[in-house]
Amino acid sequence: MIKVNNLIKKFNDKVVLDNISFNVNDGETLAIVGFSGSGKSTILKIICNLLEQDSGTVETSKGDIAMVFQYSALFDSLNVFDNIAFALTERKDLKHKYSKEDLNSIVKQKLMLVGLTGIEDKFPSELSGGMQKRVSFARAIVTEPKTILYDEPTAGLDPISSTLIEDYIVRLKEETHASSIVVTHQMSTIKRTADRVLMIYKGKKVFEGTPEEMLNGGNDYTKQFVTASLNGPMQMLAE
Amino acid sequence: MAKIHKLFKTSATYHLLKLLRYQVEDFFTNLGEISKMSVQTLFFLSKGKIDFKELIYQCYRFGVTSLPITLSIVGMTSIIVATQVASEMVKQGGENFVGMMITMLIIREAGIIMAGFAIISMIGSSLASEIATMKVTEQIDAIRVLKVNPIQYLFVPRVLSGMLMMPIIWILASLIGVIAGGFASNLASGLSYRAYFDSVWYGIYIYDIKVNLLKAVVYGFVISLISCTFGYNANGGAKGVGTSTTKAVVWTFVSIVILDMVFAISFFF
Repeated sequence: MIKVNNLIKKFNDKVVLDNISFNVNDGETLAIVGFSGSGKSTILKIICNLLEQDSGTVETSKGDIAMVFQYSALFDSLNVFDNIAFALTERKDLKHKYSKEDLNSIVKQKLMLVGLTGIEDKFPSELSGGMQKRVSFARAIVTEPKTILYDEPTAGLDPISSTLIEDYIVRLKEETHASSIVVTHQMSTIKRTADRVLMIYKGKKVFEGTPEEMLNGGNDYTKQFVTASLNGPMQMLAE
Repeated sequence: MAKIHKLFKTSATYHLLKLLRYQVEDFFTNLGEISKMSVQTLFFLSKGKIDFKELIYQCYRFGVTSLPITLSIVGMTSIIVATQVASEMVKQGGENFVGMMITMLIIREAGIIMAGFAIISMIGSSLASEIATMKVTEQIDAIRVLKVNPIQYLFVPRVLSGMLMMPIIWILASLIGVIAGGFASNLASGLSYRAYFDSVWYGIYIYDIKVNLLKAVVYGFVISLISCTFGYNANGGAKGVGTSTTKAVVWTFVSIVILDMVFAISFFF
C-alpha cells in the first residue's frame, strides 16, 4: 500500500508538485504519466526517501521500497552477482545473514525470475540495455520489497525489449504482490502493466482513472496525451 | 537614482562584484560540505565500520598504481635540485654537506609535497571522477535506496587507504629522492658517492620523520576526502563530472600547500 497525501515540493521557487494525493493498494500498479519535467520522477524520489517533500505525507507498507532507475543505475565496478547481492552483502541488518551458498541461490533465483541465467560474472558494460534493465529488476527485488517503483522502465529500449520488460513488471507484481508505481511515457506500458493511471501536468493531478477510461475519452488532457496532439490544454512551451 | 542603479547594473564593476559574491558563496558551501563529510567519515572510521575487501583494493589503487609516477617525480625533483646545487656547493668547499642538504630537503619537504601533487593528479582526480560518474548515473541514489550508507560504503575505504598508503609512499619516495640526489651530484660535480652518502646521515632527524609521517597521514586523508566530496556533490551530466573533478584537484592542491605551510610553521618555526 502507498498513500500519498497533499504532496508539495518546490525547487527554489518553482512548484514541481502541487498538492498531489493518491493511493496504491497492495498488489496494484499505478502508472504516472505526464510531460518530461512534470514532477513524475520527483514523486518516486520522495516515496523512496531520496528527496524530502516540503509538505504532505507519504505512507507505505512495512518493508523495503525498491526502485528501478531509468538507466538501470547498475554499479559498473561490480559484476552482475555483486550488483544483485549488494543489499544482502552491504546492508547493516543483512550483512552477515546469508552464507555464500545462500547468496548464490538467491541471485540465481532472482536472475531466473527476469529470464536470465549464467551471467553472474559479467559486468554491466558487457550487457545490452534490456539485460541491464532486467538485472536492475533482479537487484531491486532481492530483499522482497513491498513497494516497487519503476522510473521509465522502457526508456531507450527497442519495442521488443520494451514488451519483455512490461511482461516482467506484470510478472513481478504477481510474484511479489507488491504495490507498484510505473512512471512512463509509453502507452503500451500503461495498457500492459497498469491497473490505474494518474496524469500530472505542471505539478497538478489532472486525471486519475483506469487505463480504459483514459483511452476511451478521459478528459481533454488525456485525449491530448493519447493522440499525441500539439493542440490541447497542455502546452510544451519553455517555462 | 533609479537611472544610476540601472546604469550600475550594466557596469563591469557590478558583474565583477556579482562574480566575487558567487565565488565567496561557493567557497563556503564547499568548505561546509568538506567539513560535513569529514565528520561523517571520521564517525564511521571511529566505529571501525570498514569493508576490508574494498579497503585492500583501494590501498592497491592508491599506493601501488600511483607508485611509478610518484617515485619518478620525486626522483627527478631530487635530480634537478642536486644538479643545480651540488656543483655550487662543491666549488664553495661544502662537498661534505651536499648529501645532508639534499636529504633534509627531500625528507622535510620535497618528498612529501611532490608525492602529494602526483597523488592528487593521479588518484585524487580518479576518485573524484569515479564518484561523480556514480552520482550523475544515479548509482549513488541506488546505493541509498538499497539502504546502504554511501559515505560508509564509498568514503571510508577510500579515505582510510589514503591515510595508510601515503606514509608508505612518502618513505619510498624519500628513499628514491636521496639515492637519485647522490647520482645527480656525482654526475654534476664529480662528488664521490662516499662523500655524499656519508653526509646523508646528518640530514636525517627522528623528529623530521615523525612530523612527516603525521603529515603524510593528514595528506592522505585530505586528498581522498576532498576528492570524494566533490565527486559526491557533482550534478548534471558529463559537464558536471568534469567540473567536480577540476574543483577537486584545485581544492586538494591548495589544501596541501596550506597544510604544508601550517606544518612548517607549527613544527619547524
